[in-house]
Amino acid sequence: MRSILDALATDRLGLAGLVLFGIFLALALIAPIAAPYDPMALNYHPDGSLVRMEPPSREHWLGTTRMGRDVLSQLLMGTRPALFVGVVSAVFVVGIGTHVGLVAGYFGGWVDDLLMRITDLTYGIPFLPFALILAAILGPGIQNMIIAIALVSWRGTARVIRSQTMSLRNRPFVEAARVAGAGHWRIIYRHLLPNVAPLALVYLALTMGWAIMTEASLSFLGYGDPRLVSWGKMLYDCYSSQAMFSAWWWMVPPGLAIALLVLSGFLMGRSYEQIADPRLVQ
Amino acid sequence: MRPISTRNGFWRFLLRRVAFGLLTLFFLASLLFVLFHVLPGDPFSMYFDQGFSQQAIDELMHRFGLDKPWWQQYLLYLRNLLRGDFGMSFQYYKPAIQVVGERFWATIALMAASLAIAFGLGVIGGAWMAWRRGTPAEKALGVVALIVRCAPVFWTGMILLSLFSFRLGWLPLGGLRTPGQPITGQWSRFFSLDFLHHLFLPALTAGLFALANPLLVMRSSMLEVVKEDFIRLARAKGLSERAVMLRHAMRNALLPVVTLLAVMAGTAIGGIVLVETVFRWPGMGREIVMAVRARDYPLARTSFFLIGALIVFFNLAADLLYGYLDPRVSRD
Repeated sequence: MRSILDALATDRLGLAGLVLFGIFLALALIAPIAAPYDPMALNYHPDGSLVRMEPPSREHWLGTTRMGRDVLSQLLMGTRPALFVGVVSAVFVVGIGTHVGLVAGYFGGWVDDLLMRITDLTYGIPFLPFALILAAILGPGIQNMIIAIALVSWRGTARVIRSQTMSLRNRPFVEAARVAGAGHWRIIYRHLLPNVAPLALVYLALTMGWAIMTEASLSFLGYGDPRLVSWGKMLYDCYSSQAMFSAWWWMVPPGLAIALLVLSGFLMGRSYEQIADPRLVQ
Repeated sequence: MRPISTRNGFWRFLLRRVAFGLLTLFFLASLLFVLFHVLPGDPFSMYFDQGFSQQAIDELMHRFGLDKPWWQQYLLYLRNLLRGDFGMSFQYYKPAIQVVGERFWATIALMAASLAIAFGLGVIGGAWMAWRRGTPAEKALGVVALIVRCAPVFWTGMILLSLFSFRLGWLPLGGLRTPGQPITGQWSRFFSLDFLHHLFLPALTAGLFALANPLLVMRSSMLEVVKEDFIRLARAKGLSERAVMLRHAMRNALLPVVTLLAVMAGTAIGGIVLVETVFRWPGMGREIVMAVRARDYPLARTSFFLIGALIVFFNLAADLLYGYLDPRVSRD
């Protein structure tokens, strides 16, 4: 962990990504305290009328929605599902992908053939339509989004980890372990895994950004978790109520937040990739 | 002897890839069957509320083959697929393939236009970035492309829509063409000014979203090429820097970008679903969203299958192009 932080700190863009991610993490933690209003509450003027579509003011820093809800509070609370889906899906995706890649690359032969053909098959699945149909079957919700993402997205990680494993498996240290009597799984977990871990970490950061984008997209299509306020759902509400033409304060912030969080994942991943594989540095 | 064996190798490679593409289609079809078979409730439940008699229900179930055991339904389903029969759309009450067929070309037109924008801008911009390497303007372009890439494509679409269509009123708010315009034939349907007017903004949105890839690939490819001897030779001949870049470097740097095009055509489809929804573009992506919402399963299934078939096709094209352009890629 220490070395990861050191590595990120040496690259300025990577550091920017890390700081950005840290800010979002902090916001997610303090969101319930920091949010000035209940994000779902309808706010009223003192005279009893609804605070509808009001531009930013001292009471509502980012204005209000058509239903009189506070945009800033929604934005702050939206940090939580975004980070949750992003981090949890990334862990699942990279976990599955790393295992498939390690097993295929280490055993080779028909095991490799079988696993790689399955990987190739998953490349034929149109992801967003698949997630959409799954959401319709299992019901909209945050767990089902994570399931949809995990079922398909491991394919990229699996391919990369496999080729890395194949380049490692005939190295002397693996031979040495084998001669010393280590079993297959011991070699995979004790000797190969630590060597592919840096690469897996790169994919962890990249997948996080990608999963956040998927959550937002599904919510925008109307398959978000009905119990949660998320950035994608804010944009869905804004779009479907035709408010986007008048309420920029409602439309701009959620998209910007998604872009920045996805960017932070990309910057961390890219920066760590250069350190994990120094050949990429130009 | 050698050319013949290489040619044989190529045909075998081609055959294997095509066979695998067909296997992928079979996999997609089976996946769809499983997905829709476990769907809770039967697809008619929403129609039954309207006071159908039990006899009418049985009649309908029988008509759509829903009264048979699952494996018979599966075999029937596969047989029908092979015949090009994708079932009836519940909403439109006509063959689903016919409904999707009308949407197919709208999607293809949007995809082609957006890829043309992404690669046109990417090739020129990438070459410019390599030329102006290290300047603040070059860095700024890279950062902007990256941020657009990280922003949700539907949000970019919403912003462009409110800027250019609503505020400035330059472009239409969505759809394929102005309602009430006469359609004189298949040609004018897709090549009229009105159509291009409607196409511009959605294509730009999807194109800008896809821009970062060709831009950065072209940039690094150019940086590789300018190190080569023939560029030094061209410079030594006294050609202007502009001529060296345009005539010698760019042309040779294009190869990796061409390969990328085929790869990206396959992945661009996910974004197309969102762009079509924002711009109410009547393509397959928007149709699948609406079909799932309306529980029109045959239509959703057909759109999904055709989108999958497009991906399989482009992946195949990418593989072949890659194997053809880069002989180091193993063909066995």
